[in-house]
Amino acid sequence: MVSEITPELVRHLGVLARIQLSDDEVERLTGQLDVIVDNIAKVSEVATPDVVATSHPIPLENVFRADVPGDMLTVAEVLQNAPDAASDRFRVTAILGEEQ
Amino acid sequence: MGKDKLMDFDAALEQFEPVLGFEVHVELNTETKMFSAAANPAHASNHDAAPNTLVAAVDMGLPGALPVVNETAVKYSISLGLALGCSIAPSSRFARKNYFYPDLGKNYQISQYDEPIAFEGSVDIELAGGDIVTVPIERAHMEEDAGKLTHMGGSTGRIQGAEYSLVDYNRAGVPLVEIVTKPIFGTEHRAPEIAKAYVAAIRDIVIALGISEARMERGNLRCDANVSLRPRGQEKLGTRTETKNVNSMRSVERAVRYEIQRQAAILAAGGTITQETRHWHEDTGTTSPGRPKSDADDYRYFPEPDLLPVAPSLELIEELRAALPEPPAARRRRLKTDWGFTDLEFQDVVNGGLLAEVEATVAAGASPAAARKWWTGELTRVSNASDREPAELVTPVAVADLQKLVDDGTLTDKLARQVLEGMIAGEGSPQQIVDARGLAVVSDDGALIAAIDEALAAQPDVLEKIRDGKVQAAGAVIGAVMKAMKGQADAARVRELVLERAAQ
Amino acid sequence: MTDLIRLTAAELASRLASGEVSSVEATQAHLDRIAAVDGDVHAFLHVSDHALEVAADIDRRRAAGEQLGPVAGVPLAIKDVLVTTDMPSTSGSRILEGFLSPYDATVVARSRAAGLVPLGKTNMDEFAMGSSTEHSAYGATHNPWDLDRIPGGSGGGSAAAVAAFEAPLALGSDTGGSIRQPAHVTGTVGVKPTYGGVSRYGAIALASSLDQVGPVTRTVLDAGLLHDVIGGHDPHDSTSLTEAWPSFAAAAREGATGQVLKGLKVGVISELPDSGFQAGVSESFRAALAAMEAQGAEIVEISAPHFEYGVAAYYLILPAEASSNLAKFDSVRFGLRVDVPGGTVEDVMAKTRDVGFGEEVKRRIILGTYALSAGYYDAYYGSAQKVRTLIQRDFDEAFAKVDVIATPSAPTTAFKLGEKIDDPLQMYLNDVTTIPANLAGVPGISIPSGLAAEDGLPVGIQFLAPAREDARLYRVGAALEAVLLDQWGAPLLDRAPALGANGGAR
Ligand SMILES: [Mg+2]
Ligand SMILES: [Zn+2]
Repeated sequence: MVSEITPELVRHLGVLARIQLSDDEVERLTGQLDVIVDNIAKVSEVATPDVVATSHPIPLENVFRADVPGDMLTVAEVLQNAPDAASDRFRVTAILGEEQ
Repeated sequence: MGKDKLMDFDAALEQFEPVLGFEVHVELNTETKMFSAAANPAHASNHDAAPNTLVAAVDMGLPGALPVVNETAVKYSISLGLALGCSIAPSSRFARKNYFYPDLGKNYQISQYDEPIAFEGSVDIELAGGDIVTVPIERAHMEEDAGKLTHMGGSTGRIQGAEYSLVDYNRAGVPLVEIVTKPIFGTEHRAPEIAKAYVAAIRDIVIALGISEARMERGNLRCDANVSLRPRGQEKLGTRTETKNVNSMRSVERAVRYEIQRQAAILAAGGTITQETRHWHEDTGTTSPGRPKSDADDYRYFPEPDLLPVAPSLELIEELRAALPEPPAARRRRLKTDWGFTDLEFQDVVNGGLLAEVEATVAAGASPAAARKWWTGELTRVSNASDREPAELVTPVAVADLQKLVDDGTLTDKLARQVLEGMIAGEGSPQQIVDARGLAVVSDDGALIAAIDEALAAQPDVLEKIRDGKVQAAGAVIGAVMKAMKGQADAARVRELVLERAAQ
Repeated sequence: MTDLIRLTAAELASRLASGEVSSVEATQAHLDRIAAVDGDVHAFLHVSDHALEVAADIDRRRAAGEQLGPVAGVPLAIKDVLVTTDMPSTSGSRILEGFLSPYDATVVARSRAAGLVPLGKTNMDEFAMGSSTEHSAYGATHNPWDLDRIPGGSGGGSAAAVAAFEAPLALGSDTGGSIRQPAHVTGTVGVKPTYGGVSRYGAIALASSLDQVGPVTRTVLDAGLLHDVIGGHDPHDSTSLTEAWPSFAAAAREGATGQVLKGLKVGVISELPDSGFQAGVSESFRAALAAMEAQGAEIVEISAPHFEYGVAAYYLILPAEASSNLAKFDSVRFGLRVDVPGGTVEDVMAKTRDVGFGEEVKRRIILGTYALSAGYYDAYYGSAQKVRTLIQRDFDEAFAKVDVIATPSAPTTAFKLGEKIDDPLQMYLNDVTTIPANLAGVPGISIPSGLAAEDGLPVGIQFLAPAREDARLYRVGAALEAVLLDQWGAPLLDRAPALGANGGAR
């Protein structure tokens, strides 16, 4: 597979990843990712349809927690690292986008 | 807002066929959250928790924290899936839905994507006229709720114009089941009514299962309504809009009607519908455009590596299936027939949310008519005058006991209402109140005759009239006797005795 | 007085138990050593203010007759990827500068409960992304064998701390070799347990399906002692295995008798050609195999045809999971916030993440975002997950024939600081031998096999065992360690140069 890492794609990925990349960064990343992707794209050579995907190295299932309260933090603990807080809540500047 | 052109509803239906779809989010009332042991604000005991007091490390995305699945939430989800007629997946998986938003502590929502716990079902909903419509269900999946944002500054309290926002993570991680319908065809002019009835049906089901408080105004049940129109005769579906978080059943009905009229006006004028989310405005009864679909909606789903597949055993599924309550619609049909109520009488009970109370009162020995009369009458009146639900006032068994005292003649209706007052005030059982207040009907004829003779003697003109055959004149004497007996007499018996004594 | 810092944890523990040495003395000796050499080594990001208090408490409890665990009173260095309530936890990133966790990682809580004395937090590549510790936002760690060289990564701080006698025990985390490769380049011992064998709760996640916490020490027995403390089921980690584990310290002691090498089948992978390895690394590896053979082990060639896809699969899975795991660093609840005048919260998040993350982190987040994005998922992430299956099958087939697999722990000895920093792909190839274990979830150990002839730097040999057979690694590792120690006459680290103004503690 030939990768097609373009500056536009990298900029778009920056938007998805919420990283404000500078033009310099976009340019540098475009070149580096192009090389990296060319090398890692080889996974598709052996990933034939008959091979099942492994998402967990050790297969387990049905790991549950009993529905019993515990483990709660105090408000002070919740807020102890807050960059900004008011009225026991985290404070952020105006939000542009809408809820999902 | 409000500047949308609307087409007359009937005219819209002539040209276009509406296709509906719903995503309903149900907050489960488990003790703890979906992935943490923090207490669940959607559980009745935690409604009024202060901000950020129901938060565990994983709910606010603290570094290093890990989710663990709540077993009860899984069972509730399976039960709901079964009640929706779905198949339960032998193995289902959680996935991460990645997007940045300040109410989402981890900046991904743990949800289910290509392997939901329940899929392919249907719900029968009942319209006001008694017609049954079957709504096809595509899937029901487990996920977590987000925290709560409060927008401050600006004039509206809305996101637009706010200076800053405050984030409370209490709601983050509340267990949700999202129920997604397939496209619903053939609703035609009943589309708004069907929308409302569908949400009502989901609400009935989760209440019958006891898995959610199901209070729409509290956000326990939230409906996103998808509406699209296609010209008559066209195969291809039209572009749809998704009206988000409509928070009452009446609003669901109005929002669907509004979207049909709005979209029809645009299409009829040769315009195109934008695929977007829209907001419902309760005050104006209109929708307004929200976020358009864009390539920023690339959620990069992938299997949640911190969680393992949920693979319920067949035994568990069958156990939960066996424990399912009777489907609400079927139960209503059965009770209506059993009780022999008219449509109006039955609606009274249903609308008052008193089905379970009447049923239990009948089970405790009262006649259906008497049970209905107490619950939709006196108890509803007292409830309306206070802050308490009818069911919080008295128990069905106590109501049945009270009715027994009426049936055996111990109490008149009027006396029984006084006893009920005592019951609501917590004075004890009906019999205890009768004894304590001395309220039983005077059934000793001797005492009654003495009172009657006294009244007749005091009103000779009345006695005269009765003897002349003007029987209705007896009313005045009966009234005097009842007054003398402080109401504790059976008026019919008094009347009998008055006529007897007058004849002598 | 005995030089307390040069004792193994096991030796120190027995002197603590006998009352010959107090924990305060042992802790003070290590704090002094840190003060003397860490200016050069820079293994620590933070040194605890409470270590002596904790040590004094252990001494008090011991004096009161309390039954303490086998390593109570022994100092411990903690990789900064693990959250701690009493010390900042930064994961080597500027975005978490000063972050104080309201809870302890499970392994930290268990260490405290066992009476281990936390000395401080060790340096690492930012968010554990790297093989050299040069990607730390707080400056590189230097290899005690040659201060101009890398200590490996991402856990270079823990390995260097142990190699420089600043701590007898350290905790590390291994996502693709971050415990074993630093052990290799610093002449120390590192173990990556079976996935799920040690709790990940409180380990700041890099790649959730690959990460494992494990011990970093100078001897195999010490690693077993620490593994016994931190291992076992944790209900806070859904991927934590529920079974009971044998004592790994006991396995190491049993292995040290040498008996286990007799008849042991050691697999050597035919597809790993010498050409990819530095000559001295290959020589040391072959010499170690020969030493095992001399003790009765049988060397068996095995085939692992899909291991060559491991690095590629790893560099898809890791960035993909990391891009999601690192989304939480957004300036809202904790960590850095870079204000944007007049900006929305979206602007603030994007600016903060640009300023707060280093280059390598941004590179991998962008790469992972790409691998997961619509249209590429199947070709990249999906295919990489299939490669995992193929590598697991390779392991299954190999372990049907052999008891353990042996490889050099890394292709080269410690390279110079700065040498590969601008060539991410070359840096990634460092992990070629360690990555398959993480992809398949199997345990691995790296122990020193000697020094490379051409540069006199340490070389490690890696053993891999089937999942859940960690004890086998302790037996085999301790057996070879004993044989080599016999050959060398003294621990390999005795040959490391002296450090610090006071000439170290030779
Ligand atoms: Mg939705
Ligand atoms: Zn949802």
